[in-house]
Amino acid sequence: MTSISNSFDKRLAKERCLRYRRRILDISQQVSALHIGSSYSCTEIADCFYNALMRTNPDGSSPDTFLMSKGHGCMIQYTILEDHGVLTKADLDGYCKPEGHLGVHPDYGTPGIAAATGSLGHGLGMACGMAVAERRHSNPGRIYTILSDGEVQEGSTWEAVLMASSLKLDNLIAAVDNNDLQSLGRTSVTHPSFYPLGDKFRAFGWEVAEVDGHDSQAIFEAIANRQGGRPFMLVAKTTKGNGVSYMENIPIWHYRSPNKDEYRQAIDELESAR
Amino acid sequence: MRNMFAEALYQEATKNSDIYIVVADISPVGNMAKFTSEYPERFINVGVAEQSMIGICAGLALKGCQPFAYTIATFSLYRPFEMVRDDLCYQNLPVTVVGMGAGVIYSDHGGTHHTMEDIAVAGAIPNMQIIAPCDPAEVTEATRWCARQKNGPVYLRLGKAGEPDLTSKADPWMFGKLRRLRKGSDVAILSYGVIAGMAAELADKFTAAGKSVSLYSCHTLKPLDREGIVAALKSHDHVIVIEEHVPQGGLASQTKQLAWDSQAKCRLDTFTLKDEFIHNFGRHTDMLTAHGLSLGQISPQVGLG
Repeated sequence: MTSISNSFDKRLAKERCLRYRRRILDISQQVSALHIGSSYSCTEIADCFYNALMRTNPDGSSPDTFLMSKGHGCMIQYTILEDHGVLTKADLDGYCKPEGHLGVHPDYGTPGIAAATGSLGHGLGMACGMAVAERRHSNPGRIYTILSDGEVQEGSTWEAVLMASSLKLDNLIAAVDNNDLQSLGRTSVTHPSFYPLGDKFRAFGWEVAEVDGHDSQAIFEAIANRQGGRPFMLVAKTTKGNGVSYMENIPIWHYRSPNKDEYRQAIDELESAR
Repeated sequence: MRNMFAEALYQEATKNSDIYIVVADISPVGNMAKFTSEYPERFINVGVAEQSMIGICAGLALKGCQPFAYTIATFSLYRPFEMVRDDLCYQNLPVTVVGMGAGVIYSDHGGTHHTMEDIAVAGAIPNMQIIAPCDPAEVTEATRWCARQKNGPVYLRLGKAGEPDLTSKADPWMFGKLRRLRKGSDVAILSYGVIAGMAAELADKFTAAGKSVSLYSCHTLKPLDREGIVAALKSHDHVIVIEEHVPQGGLASQTKQLAWDSQAKCRLDTFTLKDEFIHNFGRHTDMLTAHGLSLGQISPQVGLG
């Protein structure tokens, strides 16, 4: 038997997400770069997947799988895995250090990491294969994955979108972290025809919901109330660097770490949001 | 070879429910149709979407399955190269990437369908294993091994159809070991894949000329049986390598390296495809001849009339 949360506590979700952002900020002071903006962009989505939607077996394991397709957002995954006791404080303190085993992108073999990602456009294909494999079981595990809007530009992603629909993978639940910002500027400027994004997934046979990607309640309800019978895509409108004013929508915060003054300002802003 | 692959995989898949076959709009014939109808949930046709073919295989393997990806060699290895490298090799997953019709077998289809540098490409990736059987019986052995191994990814290089039997009197097949098909003492011929048939014909000519000839199937290209090749270099006065692959990164170049490293004293002749795209639209043998690979072209270069 597995259990799933049948109610959603918005207050607790907000508290967790603040705590995760704060933890990432602390780790940022140990290294020169850690994709902080990309992690803040999908904090609520990852939190909702892990803490509200993924089921738990009696032994504490989950029948469900989380795959971070946008591998550069893995700092939020590491933080949640630490919160769940899958990774340790020492693991995270060793981030990007020669003696550590956590890198900029999630590596297969690391506890809690379902697949190695980092090169964009690989995650959804692997997620499809996992979803197919899970269908062998009487109670199939669900595969949760987060894609960046950047990797939705990869042709390989659309191959997998087509396959998931053709295979009717209703145990595949994906989210696009749609922050409209990539290395060389706005996605909407580089590719005006990228939008409307939700309609493209609908046209490929997916069930789609479009929500504010920082509204935990909306994320939970959209997924918990899905019709099913086909793969599900959450198109989540997000803000890169969400939660820290000077990071929001500024491309450099895709990657760099705050200096001491910036760190203190970020802490103040996060704490004042409590 | 295709038929034997399909038959061997069907036999394995009936015994092991973890075996999946993921194809990209090309399907092996013969018993694969039976497999498809008996186990439809384990046969996936992705259509013309090879990146997805490899990604799905990776996902299946990450969940404990034993998948085979199957299509024409260029499309199974080159098109989804980064998925092969990252998803399969980096994660070291037991997925068999089947490259059908490798080399220049698709001679009249043009260079887009030729796989002339696949051993070099696949062999350059850490964790990748490479097997290129020389005849249908070796395909059966190799397929069976691929279906049961958990070492990591394999690139299984196949021909198409009509290859002669070369191994009925050979030593047993062992992964990673040079396989002796004929035992001699003067000349050793090393080959693999479909062109091993030509190597066997060359061996016949040597025998007719009074020479004692060893013929080897070097079916496992990675890991290469370095000890076995060095032993062949040291126990014969004349060693010949014939392969349907460009000069760089295949068996010929590696044998030369081994000869240098082991200070071999034998004469060593290598015959490969040219490092060149040749626009010849004839039969397979016509294309091989255009590359300098025919019995008539090789014989005078190795001391045979």
